[in-house]
Amino acid sequence: MPESYDFVIIGGGVVGCMLARWLSRYEGSVLLIEKEADICMGATAANTAIVHAGYDPLPDSLKARMNVTGNQMWDQLSGELNFPFERRGDYVVAIGDDELPALDTLMQQGKKNGVMGIQILSKAEMIVREKNINPDVSGALWATTGGICDPFAVTVAAAENAVLNGVKVMLNTAFEDFIMEGSRIVGVKTNRGDIKCRWAINSAGVYSDQVMHKAGVRPEFIIKPRRGEYFVFDRADITIDNVLFPVPSEKGKGILVTTTLHGNTIIGPNANIIDDKENRETTKVGLNEIWEGAQKLVPSLSLKYVIAMFAGLRPYGNGPCKTPGIDYQHDYIIEIPEDVQGFVNLGGIESPGLTSAPAIAQEVVDMLRDAGEEMKEKKGWDPIRRGRPRFRDMDHEEQKRLVHMDPRYGRVICRCENVTEGEIVAEIHAPIPALTYDAIKRRTWLGTGRCQAGFDMPRVVKILADELGVSPLEVSKKGQGSEFLARPTKQVEN
Amino acid sequence: MTLKNVYDVVVIGSGPGGLAAAVAAKKEGAQDVLIIERDVELGGILLQCIHNGFGLEIFKEDLPGPSYAQRYVKEAYSLGVEVLLDTMVLDITPQRKIYAASKRNGFIEIESRSIVLAMGCRERTRPQIRIPGSRPAGVYTAGTAQRWVNVEGYMPGNRVVILGSGDIGMIMARRLTFEGAKVERVLEVMSYLTGLTRNYVQCLLDFDIPLQLRHTVKRVIGNNHVEAIEAVQVDEKWNVVPGSEEIIPCDTLLLSVGLIPENELSRKAGVILDPVTGGPVVDDNFQTNVNGIFAAGNVVHVYDLVDWVTEAGYQAGKCAAAHANEVRRKEHHLIPLIAGNNVRYIVPHMLDKRNLEGSEIRLQMRVSKPVEQPVWLEVHDKNNLITRRAERYVRPGEMVTVVLKPDHFTDVNKADSLTIDVVPR
Repeated sequence: MPESYDFVIIGGGVVGCMLARWLSRYEGSVLLIEKEADICMGATAANTAIVHAGYDPLPDSLKARMNVTGNQMWDQLSGELNFPFERRGDYVVAIGDDELPALDTLMQQGKKNGVMGIQILSKAEMIVREKNINPDVSGALWATTGGICDPFAVTVAAAENAVLNGVKVMLNTAFEDFIMEGSRIVGVKTNRGDIKCRWAINSAGVYSDQVMHKAGVRPEFIIKPRRGEYFVFDRADITIDNVLFPVPSEKGKGILVTTTLHGNTIIGPNANIIDDKENRETTKVGLNEIWEGAQKLVPSLSLKYVIAMFAGLRPYGNGPCKTPGIDYQHDYIIEIPEDVQGFVNLGGIESPGLTSAPAIAQEVVDMLRDAGEEMKEKKGWDPIRRGRPRFRDMDHEEQKRLVHMDPRYGRVICRCENVTEGEIVAEIHAPIPALTYDAIKRRTWLGTGRCQAGFDMPRVVKILADELGVSPLEVSKKGQGSEFLARPTKQVEN
Repeated sequence: MTLKNVYDVVVIGSGPGGLAAAVAAKKEGAQDVLIIERDVELGGILLQCIHNGFGLEIFKEDLPGPSYAQRYVKEAYSLGVEVLLDTMVLDITPQRKIYAASKRNGFIEIESRSIVLAMGCRERTRPQIRIPGSRPAGVYTAGTAQRWVNVEGYMPGNRVVILGSGDIGMIMARRLTFEGAKVERVLEVMSYLTGLTRNYVQCLLDFDIPLQLRHTVKRVIGNNHVEAIEAVQVDEKWNVVPGSEEIIPCDTLLLSVGLIPENELSRKAGVILDPVTGGPVVDDNFQTNVNGIFAAGNVVHVYDLVDWVTEAGYQAGKCAAAHANEVRRKEHHLIPLIAGNNVRYIVPHMLDKRNLEGSEIRLQMRVSKPVEQPVWLEVHDKNNLITRRAERYVRPGEMVTVVLKPDHFTDVNKADSLTIDVVPR
């Protein structure tokens, strides 16, 4: 007898996890399945970590509405879920007089989209605000509502809050097919068995086309992953504190020079359409491309201080815009299709998907209500998710108190980022347990500094093995097949 | 162990540089010497260097790393050097206050008259040389792999490619071969060997491990775990020679591509770094620009022989002790001046008693409230009046001065502090 749920969410990225948190507010059972060993492993894991103001998307597109609505939800969300979020504002920087008119176009577009707090700055004002900017700057668009976040922290916080409110999360569980009764979805087949449900929700990111095709929905919709590559700089040597966009082109928002909540400057992404939905390789050509692009904004960067590089895939789809009279083929799909029952279909949620996630979650709740679901609020639903101590963010007095309460917070495991044993153990036993090295890395930020895990890795593997009661040989970087160690060394008889 | 609030010399790190510094400081007469080590044993990276070749210069012996370290560890303990293990230093201030933390001792705040920075170096990583490709398990720096094998007792893989002909890389090629792994290749982007020739002979040639100069890794392949790497030949300008690409199946890529002095703590302490070496700018006593902060060993610049690191540590430790002794002498003679009854402040705030032997010292002060009648300004230690000065009145608006004379030296020299009070005459 398979397990049965009211809602099964397919895919644990920021959209799936935010939706889980939204659905946890209402009566009905919810299961989220994720094929990887952790949530937040796809598009959410590798992007520019920006909460966009909303001047980019085409007016009257679904993307524009989700972006602007979503942006306004972030302050409350970060307060309830206790993840860091800063509205630093962002700049679109025009270099040379040729690019100047584009700022005005963007500003008009932003106003049409309902973006508040945008204005155009002169060359002189921009130089004051960012002293490292290319001296050929001609002006900038300043959007006060732009923000930066840590996508892992956001997604984990949303998923944890969902779990604390009764949602079940199954990791290492891959969707294989739908179980249909006529045109109604009544369950999903996974690598870990069949699961019955009244509603299946497709939030499968780059795989959302394949998932909807299994339900017979939109056979013409395809996702071509768009790969973006990045460099991360040592914060001790390079400190750009602003979010700097170039003037956008037909390839997207362009190569940024921006900062992270952790204080590192990052540059990227380029945007290359590829075929392989798993290919997150960086390339020499691509890295050169972002390097040249970034220098256009900040010529004084130095490759000497690169400490990390990565690539991420965006679910770039061909969803048509539903607003009459607008010819746009890359809009979001957020729908309950008419010809299949029991299916909420999300597709093509590329950038600004992170910004839009809470708005999309709310939109889905509204759609379900319109489709006849009662959506009755649960008694005792708790919107608050408590954060956990972060040793490195504390001053010495706070550190002292924490170590006094639990001495495990006194053992520093990551020398560059000052992450302690106490934090690692807490993540291993959290509501969404961190079971791999990367899961711990994303939650605590250990191993992300200038030594790139050279010091902490053997120590973290030991802690994971001890806490999970397994051999170090079983501990992996990101799930099965990525184990760190092959075998013990030769044993010597004494 | 009970920690003291103030040490003469605190050494950060217990590799060869730190151990030598602690031993030398003790021998030079520093009283309280403390080593803070982040690992669970003293010795630093020497403990994972189980190969021989250490000590030829200093001991005229050919020792493995742990044996070399052990000689200094023994000496340090027998001289009474105090040790904090499994303890990470979090912060050092230019005033030589040290913040550290450990599971056993909790949060630690201590001060030191001298500090020796001996944090060694860290390894250059994959992003720093920007090898493109996927990000799977199986890419390690040679030193991390060395720790896995020699300390933890685990093999990272069975088919290995090593990038970089640095010493650790070549030594690991031999070590992994001993453990039954197949080392497919050592690749070196330069046209010459970057490590010692003796290691090339003893670690590669003797084991038939091919070295390819002017070759590098173009790409890492494999999503979850390394499955192969793509090797290429490069020209003098490191441009890829077209057609030279070769896929080498392997499960592990080790990087031996350089070391960087580890100076994050030095920066916090305000120590100026040399952009070329990556280490502090030092004088011939290995003192940095910050008074009382010394640096020795690989934290200053990367050495090739451990014996030279020991020698540098010795010099730094000796000078750190001398500095601490000088500070101590000064502290012994320096006493505070305390503003007593109706005195708002006194300048100077402290005085060095020795200065009174040959000359006068003027103490200038202001009172808190006016007194319109004759008063004494009395200078006394805890029990005895040392001198006093008569005034017809005192007012906050008018500064008053008391002069200490060489005659007062005998009395002042016995005092721990001096207090000045305004009293009616």
